[in-house]
Amino acid sequence: MDKTVILQLKNITKKFGTKVIANNNVSLDVYKGEILSVLGENGCGKTTLMNMVAGIYYPDSGKILINGEEVVIRSPRDAFEHKIGMIHQHFKLIDIFSAAQNVALGIENEKFNLKEVKNRINDMAKKYGFHINLDKKIYEMSVSEKQTVEILKVLYRGADILILDEPTAVLTPQEIRSLFKVLNAMRDDGKSIIIITHKLNEVMEISDRVAVLRKGEHIATVNTSETSEKELTEMMVGKKIELNINRTEVTDSKIRLAVDGLTVVNGDGYKVVDNISFNAYSGEILGIAGIAGSGQKELLEAIAGLNNYQSGTLTYYHPKKDKPVSFYHKTYKRVMELARENAFKDENGNDIDFSKLSKKEITKLVDDEKVIFKEDEVVNLKDKSPREIRELGIRLSFVPEDRLGMGLVGNMNIIDNMMLRSYRKGKSMFLDRKNPSDLADRIISELEVNTPDSHTAVRKLSGGNVQKVLVGREIAAAPAVLMTAYPVRGLDINSSYTIYNLLNEQKQKGVSVIFVGEDLDVLMALSDRILVLSGGKISGIVDARTATKDEIGSLMVKANKNEVTE
Amino acid sequence: MKKSTNNLKEPFVRIVKRDNISISKIVIIYAVAIVFGLLLCGVICTLFSDKGIGEFFESLFNGAIGSERKIWLLLQDTSLLLGTSIALLPAFKMKFWNLGGNGQILVGCLSAIACMFYLGGKVADSVLIPIMLVASVLSGAVWAVIPAIFRAKFNTNESLFTLMMNYIAQGLVSFCITIWVKTGSGVLPPIAYGNVPEIGNKYLLPIILFTLITVLMYIYLKYSKHGYEISVVGESINTAKYVGIKVNKVIIRTMVLSGAIAGLVGFVLAGSINHTVSTASANNMGFTGIMATWLAAFNPIIIALTSFFISFISKGMMDVRKTFMFTNDAISNIVVGVIYFIVIVCSFFISYKLVFRKKEKEDNQK
Amino acid sequence: MIITFLMSAIAIGTVLLFGCVGETITEKAGHLNLGIPGIMCTGTVGGCLFVSLYLKGLQSPDSASWLVLVLISMLGAFLFAMLTGLIYAVMTITFRCNQNITGLAITIFGNGLTQFLMHSYVDRSGFSTAGKIIAQCLPFAEGKDGIVKVLFGHGIYVYLAIAIALITTFIFNRTRVGLNLRAIGESAATADAMGVNVTVYKYVAILIGSGIAGFGGVFYIMDYVKGSWETAFTIEAFGWLAIALVIFTLWKPTVSIFGSYIFGALYIAAFVFGNITSSEREILKMLPYIITIIVLIITSITNKKENQPPASLGLSYFREDR
Repeated sequence: MDKTVILQLKNITKKFGTKVIANNNVSLDVYKGEILSVLGENGCGKTTLMNMVAGIYYPDSGKILINGEEVVIRSPRDAFEHKIGMIHQHFKLIDIFSAAQNVALGIENEKFNLKEVKNRINDMAKKYGFHINLDKKIYEMSVSEKQTVEILKVLYRGADILILDEPTAVLTPQEIRSLFKVLNAMRDDGKSIIIITHKLNEVMEISDRVAVLRKGEHIATVNTSETSEKELTEMMVGKKIELNINRTEVTDSKIRLAVDGLTVVNGDGYKVVDNISFNAYSGEILGIAGIAGSGQKELLEAIAGLNNYQSGTLTYYHPKKDKPVSFYHKTYKRVMELARENAFKDENGNDIDFSKLSKKEITKLVDDEKVIFKEDEVVNLKDKSPREIRELGIRLSFVPEDRLGMGLVGNMNIIDNMMLRSYRKGKSMFLDRKNPSDLADRIISELEVNTPDSHTAVRKLSGGNVQKVLVGREIAAAPAVLMTAYPVRGLDINSSYTIYNLLNEQKQKGVSVIFVGEDLDVLMALSDRILVLSGGKISGIVDARTATKDEIGSLMVKANKNEVTE
Repeated sequence: MKKSTNNLKEPFVRIVKRDNISISKIVIIYAVAIVFGLLLCGVICTLFSDKGIGEFFESLFNGAIGSERKIWLLLQDTSLLLGTSIALLPAFKMKFWNLGGNGQILVGCLSAIACMFYLGGKVADSVLIPIMLVASVLSGAVWAVIPAIFRAKFNTNESLFTLMMNYIAQGLVSFCITIWVKTGSGVLPPIAYGNVPEIGNKYLLPIILFTLITVLMYIYLKYSKHGYEISVVGESINTAKYVGIKVNKVIIRTMVLSGAIAGLVGFVLAGSINHTVSTASANNMGFTGIMATWLAAFNPIIIALTSFFISFISKGMMDVRKTFMFTNDAISNIVVGVIYFIVIVCSFFISYKLVFRKKEKEDNQK
Repeated sequence: MIITFLMSAIAIGTVLLFGCVGETITEKAGHLNLGIPGIMCTGTVGGCLFVSLYLKGLQSPDSASWLVLVLISMLGAFLFAMLTGLIYAVMTITFRCNQNITGLAITIFGNGLTQFLMHSYVDRSGFSTAGKIIAQCLPFAEGKDGIVKVLFGHGIYVYLAIAIALITTFIFNRTRVGLNLRAIGESAATADAMGVNVTVYKYVAILIGSGIAGFGGVFYIMDYVKGSWETAFTIEAFGWLAIALVIFTLWKPTVSIFGSYIFGALYIAAFVFGNITSSEREILKMLPYIITIIVLIITSITNKKENQPPASLGLSYFREDR
């Protein structure tokens, strides 16, 4: 291998505000014609470091050298001048433009001629083995097509150093394989490739060397051939960590939620959830796996009553067995209907005959909590509003990509965020801030939320703390079904484990937990069963204790139209 | 800053987002801005005249607070602007760009005058005035709720919709005047019926009324469930939907409230102050109120200050105009505009700061 | 009468077209400029001021040259409108102020400045003569009637507006500058990452857009009403209509040409019918605003993906935002 150093970072430091040190005194060398992995947990500063090379951020101190010469990179344009191109995790593409238009964007030193641009792209595509339709609009493309456009954009500008931020996060295994092929072809062509990742197996597979970052600091750079996953993990997390999640056996499981033939059609007329049927039980964690955008979000939203599904039934078994009926949720009329269906018993377990009682007597019996459900109440969720569904005990804690998008309001403080779902309680037209305030304090202390006080705006908290607040609030409502999507997205390992433990606790309390995750290892370690989605359909439901990763991986891509064929 | 000779330099000045900023610093930034803005306006005025900057400030203060009557007038103007701003506040807090304050005030005014015109003399004032009040409040609410309904149902752009409603309101006023004024002069003389009785003096009623409404609005927004819903919808419609807030209902309800208060301002203008109506009755308070609301960062108490400040400048400029012998009143719009610019720019210095290249580095390079 | 009606409709449409194309260019750069009404006002006073200064140096307004009048009015309008646009640009691009609030302040300021200068510093004595000279139609349409007059009987500004709309469309769709500009309006961060100088593009788009909008006001005063100032307060109303037109015409300047003329026809309808009462006239005058509302509603109901505003319209861009 050619051992010329092409890019050198010397003592780079970058702070955000006064408190957050994203990178501290980092030094790093990149050789010509190599694939270097920059490995580290989420939030360790690896993306920030590379953003400084790509001209998105400007370092507070330190030097960047290219071919031994110190350079100043103030903008992405400067980066391109130094033949550096970065493919960001969130693609920077213009949705309404075609692939070719996106590639042509921002190029100045040649005549504007889309045809010529297309010819050159096609040549490049042939050289490295890409497949792409250049006239397709971005908004019609699959994730891997978009990524291809991103790579072409950078190559078109003659980049010799390519930085890819988490390139495999959203790809199927097949797509990853073809991506790696392309990367290898480019390396052989003499280009230097930097991959930002936190996936060990990929590091081992693709890279020549690995640079490990931890909490903003550079720990070491090692040759891949001379290291092991175990060693890298230790460098990444600092201390040896117990990777096993304590999974308890499922006990006393009862059906909680039955989904039958659920179909959701999105605004563009596509079936995003296609004829899905499954059951969720109390006291178990049902994992949901699938590549991004396989209908996870829409499925959970349909259950929570947040979107109008086209067909199918959602039946909820309200855990009311042996509990008294009340007028809090039920009208008198509904209680009488249930009585006619023989749903109630008295304290001694005998049937109650309402027909002999006056309305007044019945009301008194109910108020005295002497009318008791025989079995769990069967509720059809179709005609319930999101609020009613929530009050029945079905809770959704969805952590969107920007974390603050839906479950929390960034500009409000922790107390006001606690009230988001409960503020309506009581008949007064004024807010009760006492209980939410107590709850906020409890969550802050129990989940060790790092915040000055409960009056701090959520926006000012770090990602992990935001997530703790969000998940903590949902759990505090003592749900019967807890749906959570990507709860550890962007969290460090310790915070992630806090969340896993919380979910396990809920499971042991008899809650039916539905967990949509990204990391297969976690899904397999935490869940009891795993439901695999592919293109809006269920491609399989497997036992998490016995299934293999390959098995789940192949289910994830089964019958997926968007995959890149080789 | 020659890039070619030395490209090792970091940029001369960089913009950095602030973490947080103390209240005292904010106050200082605004105080400096206002003083600077006033000085700048003084200089502008002296440029167009042979008078000096001292006379500018003298007549500015004289015009605003030069006599007891002027102080009362200033307070009355402040209270009307405050009322308008408080009307707009819940809408803006909800990020509903209600540019239709003028129209909502105007229809409120027009409805009251219509009652006075048709019922005046036929029923006693004690009956007439409550009817006027109801008519004004209702019509203001209707004027605001029409765009709100379409925004809620179809996501129709509310800023342009409310804006067009202003012109339609003006058209209605012109239309009514052509019917009411047979002489064709286009000016409706003051109507003697339905004049709201004075309390204390003739300025006090709006002052008390709108101070009271400000306090109520503060409580409503901060402590009521409705107010909480308005904040959530304003911060993020998606979150609001996620937690089960009926966003459409909140939008419509809030705009009814917003329009109703604007209609009330119209009622006060018609029944207590002008006793007549023209297309200019709203005195552009619909826009001025937006400024007052936004500059106060949606805080009802600070809105009282910004309303006072804006009214102070407008009143003061009337005397400046006389002293400097400007033949038309447009100069006060210029001055107010310039002060707006400077105060708006303050928002930048509150959320960002400028970081200049470090000094010692430059020394090293010498 | 139908000829007069169409002539007037096209004239009013031209005022709107300048404003609409100017605002479209600004919006393509991601900036919703509610200051356009004020900017059209300052454009008016700029043009008028330059014309009055030119006329001052002449023996009599009759000896004014057509070419000089057109050029000097354009220059004045463009310069003043651009300078007002510069205030907006500095505040919203460099200082990242709220675009709506800044726009409203610009409109208040621009209106005030225009009234003030117009009353005190613009000598309008020769304007009716100058207006007639500027409004001169194309030579071959002289004295013609009927369709020829409707199509070719206008002053040069009318054709300038069409030309600007067509050129703008060409730049948007066929050039690199247009591609970069549209990209900025969709996502400034993306354009920035691709090496487009976002700040420069935004400044240039806002300045040129403002300048073009400024033509609208000066055309109205110098050509359509031939120098009278009494109805000039409507220029602000034209500005607001122009902003509404941008939505109506789906950010497409070629569509704007026809949209403007339709709006112009609606606006003028109230004034061309002679045999109606004044109250009926007031009702008719509300028509363009009511139609605008109906159009707003219809476009919002038929919500199509291609017809959406630029995705990052109204958002400030700060590279280090995370």
